[in-house]
Amino acid sequence: MNMRALPGSEDIIRQTLPNGIIVIARENPQSPSVVVDAFIHAGSIYEKRSKAGLANYTASMLMRGTKNASFEEIYEKIEAVGTSLGVSSAVHTVGFGGKALPEDLNLLLETAADAVRNPIFPHDHLERMRAEILTGLAMRDHNTRVMASLAFYETLFGTDHPYGYSNSGYQESITSIARADLQDFHKQHYGPTGMIITIVGNVAANKAISLVESHFGDWTNNKQPDIAPAPTARTINCAENQHIHIPGKTQTDIVLGYVGPRRSDSDYQSIRIANSILGVFGMYGRLGKTVRKKHGLAYYSFSRADANFGPGTWRLIAGVDPTNVDTTIKVMLEEIDTLIIKLVSHKELDDNKSYILGSIPIQLETNEGIAGTLASMELYGLGMNYLQHLPKQIKGVSRQDVRKAAARLLDPATYVVTSAGP
Amino acid sequence: MSAAKSRLRNGLTVILQEVHTTPVTTFWIWYRVGSRHEHTGITGSSHWVEHMQFKGTKQYPADSADREISRTGGVWNAMTWIDWTTYYETMPADKIDLAIKLEADRMTNSLYNKKDVQSERTVIISERQGHENQPVFLLSEEIQAAAFRVHPYHHEVLGDKIDIESMTRSDLYKHYRTFYTPRNGIIVAVGDFKTSQMLKKIRAHFSGIPKGDKPSVFLRDEPPQRGERRVFVEGEGETAYLQTAFHAPAATEPDFFPMIVLDSILSGASSFNLFGSGISNKTSRLYRALVLKGLAADFSGSLAATVDPFLYSITCAVRTDRSIEQVETALNEEIERATNNPPTEEELLKAKKQARAMFAYSAESVTNLGFWYGFAEILDDYTWFTNYLDKLEAVTASDVHRVAQNVLKPNNRTTGHYIPNAGRAN
Repeated sequence: MNMRALPGSEDIIRQTLPNGIIVIARENPQSPSVVVDAFIHAGSIYEKRSKAGLANYTASMLMRGTKNASFEEIYEKIEAVGTSLGVSSAVHTVGFGGKALPEDLNLLLETAADAVRNPIFPHDHLERMRAEILTGLAMRDHNTRVMASLAFYETLFGTDHPYGYSNSGYQESITSIARADLQDFHKQHYGPTGMIITIVGNVAANKAISLVESHFGDWTNNKQPDIAPAPTARTINCAENQHIHIPGKTQTDIVLGYVGPRRSDSDYQSIRIANSILGVFGMYGRLGKTVRKKHGLAYYSFSRADANFGPGTWRLIAGVDPTNVDTTIKVMLEEIDTLIIKLVSHKELDDNKSYILGSIPIQLETNEGIAGTLASMELYGLGMNYLQHLPKQIKGVSRQDVRKAAARLLDPATYVVTSAGP
Repeated sequence: MSAAKSRLRNGLTVILQEVHTTPVTTFWIWYRVGSRHEHTGITGSSHWVEHMQFKGTKQYPADSADREISRTGGVWNAMTWIDWTTYYETMPADKIDLAIKLEADRMTNSLYNKKDVQSERTVIISERQGHENQPVFLLSEEIQAAAFRVHPYHHEVLGDKIDIESMTRSDLYKHYRTFYTPRNGIIVAVGDFKTSQMLKKIRAHFSGIPKGDKPSVFLRDEPPQRGERRVFVEGEGETAYLQTAFHAPAATEPDFFPMIVLDSILSGASSFNLFGSGISNKTSRLYRALVLKGLAADFSGSLAATVDPFLYSITCAVRTDRSIEQVETALNEEIERATNNPPTEEELLKAKKQARAMFAYSAESVTNLGFWYGFAEILDDYTWFTNYLDKLEAVTASDVHRVAQNVLKPNNRTTGHYIPNAGRAN
């Protein structure tokens, strides 16, 4: 693979505007579109636990009416030309972005800037959104996959921890949120501090930067606090088990897992390779071989090691017949045991390194893929030459590194396992 | 952008398009077999055969192909639907030969070990159980069965559980050997290659495979529906769902393109991206009538391009503080409005403009293009896709009105309610 052809500091323009916004742009002249991918530090970590869901509720109201345009006007403008623009919210950040034909990039940025800077939270939309969120929460209560996952985070981190409770909120917290809460949250937390905006596609990088400048360059907010420090996680000392009973379902979903790495973890690439071997490579790695192929227990059985600013998670996931829950957990624990006791084979290590490096050009085929990658490189402070350095980092991981990383985070005796089903 | 289509002597269709923007190539093989080609007793066999195709051949024993492809960083997968089954590999361009060899090999040489059939039976039952956990799946399955009394679109692609439990290795192997032949297949490759060289490689690996017999398909046309049908599904949960489905034109019928415009006006523009999302639908008529009016929390419209006439369906999640009847009344008012009056010129122009933008987005990924060429070729010819925008451009407001009157009439409708038991035992 020619790593020089990958995005790097030579063809990525990164500029900090006077108000602190970091703009990253990369031109892709052969593409028929432009993608925008942006983050503001206004996630659920900035809300009070008693107002769980406030950050998400605020984000979902941004496009419901602004000082300059009504809900109908906002969507008429963007949908009429086939532009997409969406807002999503996570623990640390609120993301916004979309896709447009090159001639509509200005419209996309103008609409996005108006939405994040000038929302007015119209009363009728506020109540409609509340009812939609409440209906969504009622659906969630009956979704085995989502409930097993929610119970996992609640158990692993604790229900008061910013990573532990649901950032969509709960029936009682959503009911208690008032319009003033949303207005205050917006006033305080939406601002240029720490904002990152990435633009990739058929637009000259300098033009993209000047468009951002014209729509966001004069944005200030003296009230915006510093970026929240990443929280720490508690220690798990025994096997903790929780089942959410949902009668009438035919399948049980299982999540078994651990506190995972921070993105800044020096073992990050070793952990990534260990996880790939455990439950990603090919059809779900070793878990796919045992849980799905050998025992025929599940249609899906895989693992994920998700890193975050703070501690991430390392999860093994499966959906199984309710009578097979115990067997599946046993097989998962055996795989964990094997990974931390036995060195992985040379062949497995080589296969997984080759997979991770080989998948880069495929991941970077589309503007969305490039924009998402550049945005997370910036978000986690990896540097604009991260992709160029990646092969060396991956190649440097040894069998011992993989075992050490797995043994540091995984343990067949102390873990959290949650399930949801009949 | 232009594709080249050719046919090998054994009947295998080959569609190739060069795209040199990134060093990636996608290779697809399509077979004209899906749940449409199944009869009672072997429902779900096409989907199960797709699973068995990953269980290995003598040359590529189970896991070895998976390993070889994954090592390159490539992705591979397969899909089964009512009209077709397809397999694809998207890989670094210099590694694509592996995909060609593998697909040629498993067109005829898959093993179908009894042990693998047995372990896959429980995997597929588990896949079905995962779907059964979703109320909308349960509702759609009943609606499809009620809307199609005679035609094999009657049953779900996954098959009925009783058939998954009882099918044998020989049922599956027979299905495989009947439909996995060059004359019943289509190859599509899109990406960073030279057309002449790619064709040469494809010939080298596929031209020696015998043409195969023309599969005899037990197909019965659906007789006209003579009145509205209604189904009720009771189940777990707190949320009620409404789904209404109308028999709709097949992809090759002249009314299909006006139907696309009608769907776009009612429920928003559909994406051409197989693996990505499209645009929002907040200015669509049904969003305004159902969600903005505070009746539904969410809704979606679905028009599928199919070989035989299938269904145009609208699904609504009823807000917990509203009744399913309130949503149905509001939906029916909008349906009547569409049959009473033609759309405005503005609505028509918007639908066409949105389609143009999404068509442009769809050309960005070779995998996506590979999907569309093959899908279009199954329906008609790959030019069904390349001419898509021209055909849409030709649609007039009176076409849309005529099609609305033909399709959206009560006696062509099957309506279903999902009634949640709200915590009571089933």
